[in-house]
Amino acid sequence: MSSDMIAARPAPDQRHGIVGWLRANLFSGPINSIVTVVVLALLVRLLWPVLDWALIDADWVGSTRQACTGDGACWVFISVRLNQIVYGFYPEAMRWRVDIVFALFALLAIPRLPFKRIVGVFALIGFPVIAWVLLLGGVFGLTPVPTRQWGGLMLTLTIAAVGIVGSLPIGVLLALGRRSKMPLVKGASVVFIEFWRGVPLITVLFMASVMLPLFAPAGTEFDKLLRALIGIMLFWSAYMAEVVRSGLQAIPTGQGEAGAALGLSYWQRMGLIILPQALKLVIPGIVNTFIALFKDTSLVLIIGLFDLLAVIQSGLTDSAWLGFAIEGYVFAALVYWVFCFSMSRYSQYIERRLHTGH
Amino acid sequence: MSEASATVTDQSMISINRLNKWYGDFHVLRDIDLEVAKGERIVICGPSGSGKSTLIRCINHLERHQQGDITVGGVHMTNDIKRIEQIRRNVGMVFQHFNLFPHLTVLENCCLSPIWVQKKPRREAERTAMEYLERVRIANQAQKYPGQLSGGQQQRVAIARALCMHPEVMLFDEPTSALDPEMIKEVLDVMIELAREGMTMLCVTHEMGFAKTVADRVIFMDEGQIVESAPPQALFNNPQSPRTKEFLSQILGH
Repeated sequence: MSSDMIAARPAPDQRHGIVGWLRANLFSGPINSIVTVVVLALLVRLLWPVLDWALIDADWVGSTRQACTGDGACWVFISVRLNQIVYGFYPEAMRWRVDIVFALFALLAIPRLPFKRIVGVFALIGFPVIAWVLLLGGVFGLTPVPTRQWGGLMLTLTIAAVGIVGSLPIGVLLALGRRSKMPLVKGASVVFIEFWRGVPLITVLFMASVMLPLFAPAGTEFDKLLRALIGIMLFWSAYMAEVVRSGLQAIPTGQGEAGAALGLSYWQRMGLIILPQALKLVIPGIVNTFIALFKDTSLVLIIGLFDLLAVIQSGLTDSAWLGFAIEGYVFAALVYWVFCFSMSRYSQYIERRLHTGH
Repeated sequence: MSEASATVTDQSMISINRLNKWYGDFHVLRDIDLEVAKGERIVICGPSGSGKSTLIRCINHLERHQQGDITVGGVHMTNDIKRIEQIRRNVGMVFQHFNLFPHLTVLENCCLSPIWVQKKPRREAERTAMEYLERVRIANQAQKYPGQLSGGQQQRVAIARALCMHPEVMLFDEPTSALDPEMIKEVLDVMIELAREGMTMLCVTHEMGFAKTVADRVIFMDEGQIVESAPPQALFNNPQSPRTKEFLSQILGH
């Protein structure tokens, strides 16, 4: 028997650079090596034509159809109508207003801005008001731009942002309502959630744009975009409610009891203890819903709003540019993907930042 | 023991009259009568399911009773939320599973209620919190999150958090049952200190050593009733009821 304590030793080194990794994971034996080579060959075979079409054989510069000489994609189709894809039919002279809103949005999306509290209040109250004034105009000497002239990426982002910002708080209230001990509040929440989850978004949009004006008193006119926004917000808030409720259920009852024992009121317990933990827990679910919402904004084209996809689609019917559907749809997909992937990465970053080791 | 009795005054802190509670059809508390004087230290013991936790959870209305009266610090408990919150501000509670808020630091845990309930300025709340954290010997961990602390440390933070509200009564619901053996002592030491300072305490625990050291009275409960209530020496050495005898032989016998 040894009388000395065993001293701590460093853990064994498990990886030896790229070669070591390759040997361990891809070429650990004859069968593995063959599989690796075959899969690599297949990947090259499949991906090469795509790269060839999209990048190598593609046409990039020009302003007319005559520039499309190669066998690959002709991105000139996109570049000549990029303005329309971004701004829709927003009057050219006033597009700086949209640019300012874009710039503010990008600025607020930067994580870890200083003056957290002021920036937060500005993002939630100041920014929407400024964006609304700038985009719509009609005050402070700004020429009014009716919403039927809005379109493209700018419209897509507007719908997505309003949907996201609106559906989360409504969803939280519905989730709390569904767990309420008051029968009336609980009943109303359940009915609301089950109704909106039970109808397809397309029906909601049709109802909002076709049915609602029929029931409204003659002479009153709601903005078509506003109706779509309200429909989308209520529709997604029902989904959000269930995501948030799953988070609420994961918080141990002891948390609420400890808050109650400290004399905190119901809303203080929810706002300071339960929701911060529950929402953090369901960030993946919330962002999942945000991403679905973002992509489903493309459904507004069926009620005649010209969002990103609708603008690109309308470009396909331009007689001077027939036959560029693949370029159009690939580009649309790419734009949607970039935004959705950014949201996904952003949420992972937030999750890491909020982690407190429990 | 004699030192402990000397500080007890006749002023009533908690008064419970013919308290009855049911969970569905199960009669969990039966005709409970209990008077707790200011500064009195009471240990409640009994087999599991005997209603001890339910009883002390009724005192700050974490459980709702169906019959009987509870008065805490002169406030008569009704279902009015304002009164309940008034009582809760005056009653600190420590739980078996600590129930610290994992998303807040130790210091924020302690400041939450003083800031939001008592509306104290943040700086003052933090100063008070640091004083109490000092007293439970954990001030050096103030900026950590609960998940980074051991069980014993977490429970001491929970005690400090309750004390930050300056309660007149402290309720302990099996505060050492979830702890590893080597951490029980550090929590009990803090509780003993608190008892010596004259805090009114109701403590559900099976730590009979603690009961002998600080309790003015030990209450034995079984099947929702108070079977026996006596000073620790009397209860341990000369139990009157056969059920008390049996229970004591089980927990002291080994």
